[in-house]
Amino acid sequence: MKEVVILSGKGGTGKTSIVGSFAAIAQSKVLADCDVDAADLHLLLSPSVKEENEFWSGQVAVIDEEKCTQCGLCQDVCRFDAIKDFKVDPISCEGCGFCSHICPVEAIDMKESLSGHWFISDTKYGHLVHARLGIAQENSGKLVALVRQRAKQIAERDGLDYIISDGPPGIGCPVISSLSGANLALLVTEPTLSGIHDLERVLGVCHHFGITALVCINKYDLNEDNTRQIEDYCLNLGVEVAARVPFDNVVTEALVQGLPVVEYSQGEVTQEIESLWQRIGLALQ
Amino acid sequence: MLISVASGKGGTGKTLVATSLALSLKSMYNVQLLDCDVEEPNDHVFMKPTIIRSEAVSIPVPSVDEEKCTHCGKCGEVCVYNAIAVTKQKVLIFPELCHGCGSCSYLCPEKAISEVANEIGVIETGNADGVDFIHGKLDIGQAMAPPVIRKVKEQANNEGTVIVDVPPGTSCPVVEAVKDSDFCLLVTEPTPFGLNDLVLAVETVKELDIPCGIVLNRAGVGDGKTEEYCREENLPILLTIPLNTEIASFYSRGISLIEGMPQWKSSFLELFDKIGEIVNERSSDTER
Repeated sequence: MKEVVILSGKGGTGKTSIVGSFAAIAQSKVLADCDVDAADLHLLLSPSVKEENEFWSGQVAVIDEEKCTQCGLCQDVCRFDAIKDFKVDPISCEGCGFCSHICPVEAIDMKESLSGHWFISDTKYGHLVHARLGIAQENSGKLVALVRQRAKQIAERDGLDYIISDGPPGIGCPVISSLSGANLALLVTEPTLSGIHDLERVLGVCHHFGITALVCINKYDLNEDNTRQIEDYCLNLGVEVAARVPFDNVVTEALVQGLPVVEYSQGEVTQEIESLWQRIGLALQ
Repeated sequence: MLISVASGKGGTGKTLVATSLALSLKSMYNVQLLDCDVEEPNDHVFMKPTIIRSEAVSIPVPSVDEEKCTHCGKCGEVCVYNAIAVTKQKVLIFPELCHGCGSCSYLCPEKAISEVANEIGVIETGNADGVDFIHGKLDIGQAMAPPVIRKVKEQANNEGTVIVDVPPGTSCPVVEAVKDSDFCLLVTEPTPFGLNDLVLAVETVKELDIPCGIVLNRAGVGDGKTEEYCREENLPILLTIPLNTEIASFYSRGISLIEGMPQWKSSFLELFDKIGEIVNERSSDTER
């Protein structure tokens, strides 16, 4: 069983459209949506939820007003400025528990917080594990780890060959959590200077964690000078550009229909994504 | 006034809007642009600032004096982030998991723990053609963006006009970047992905009790459901930017919209006036 995670650094380069297409093309796989902040893959796969679970993670300090003597020690020690006027701001509280340990009258309790939900769903393309982080919640990295772990269990149970994970944008906590221990990263970029800048940083993260990366230049024909710049850059680093997908409105049209683009059109976009999946299959062998 | 520019979904045009707003306002106001997308900062690509000052961002992580340590295990017990593990012979510290809360050093009965700075990123300050420019950059391989974002926001000039470019998503880095704003602009595109993530972003800013308005970018792609949602939720669409190959071309080359197509300046000034009206109305409501 092999796991490929699709990342991009910059948001909106086309990760989810490509993962949705892989869902339709690849055999013997489970899908994982690791963008738990703003999950979108379900919009292409029309999942029916089979299992819904609560995600309890992290704690929040709660001050018992009756016990509190307003000595102010908790406010002094809190490094997250989460306590003001002897009240805890649950959004700023990082759940470290420092205040509850040092409160001289034991007026502060740490309460578990419901940080989100995660789901196992059936789709016409196979199982999908996805999640929704609660509004303004922390611990997205832990929820990503949970989604990946459940996807892995399904793959092991059903003897599946692949886990295909749709990753979050950025390079921080949830990205690291999506990437660690994966077999391959596919980095989807676009030929803009912002896209190139962000590709360099996410590629740095892959190298940092020793994960092999392939690059896909999406909408490559929007600026062919920039596309050449990406190709030169990758060539210098020994990173393979595995696909160049042209710009085509069919991608958005398919999205509006709630379909992976490969199920909607037989054009060049579809052919390029199909050959990209073949290339990934070889890289994972 | 502090205006944050957020989106939920990535790639909808936050950077385009934040830089255009800053460049449109700079001749009339004292404008500061804070790029808080510290994982993937892009404003500098368009603003080309001259960086004057660079400052490391670090968080305090524990360092154990093994001579004083009795391996009692208290530090490992109090650390909720699993950043300290105590064995019989040694204390293991995992700085990348540490949030720098300070519990372990304070609570160590032997006073064997001191704190050392662990660098996780950098903030750079400079000037871009009349705009005060500040951005943060999280170091490659580091997980925690919020401390870097916090540091960028500490530089905000509360007397002037401050534009904050927010990272995508809805979790802790977004909250850190958006909180304390007077107004939040939500940039979206009229596609099912854009709408799904806009709904999440709206819930987030409501949770923070910050007034918001919508910028509809790439109008013409997708469907009409985003506008329908905005009407139902009574969310004002303050600016519409059409899908336009010229705009996309300037963007791809790192040329700001205001530089490439100066005719857009008046639209951004109007946008700023509309924001001012909403913020003033709200503050007079609260006074009453």
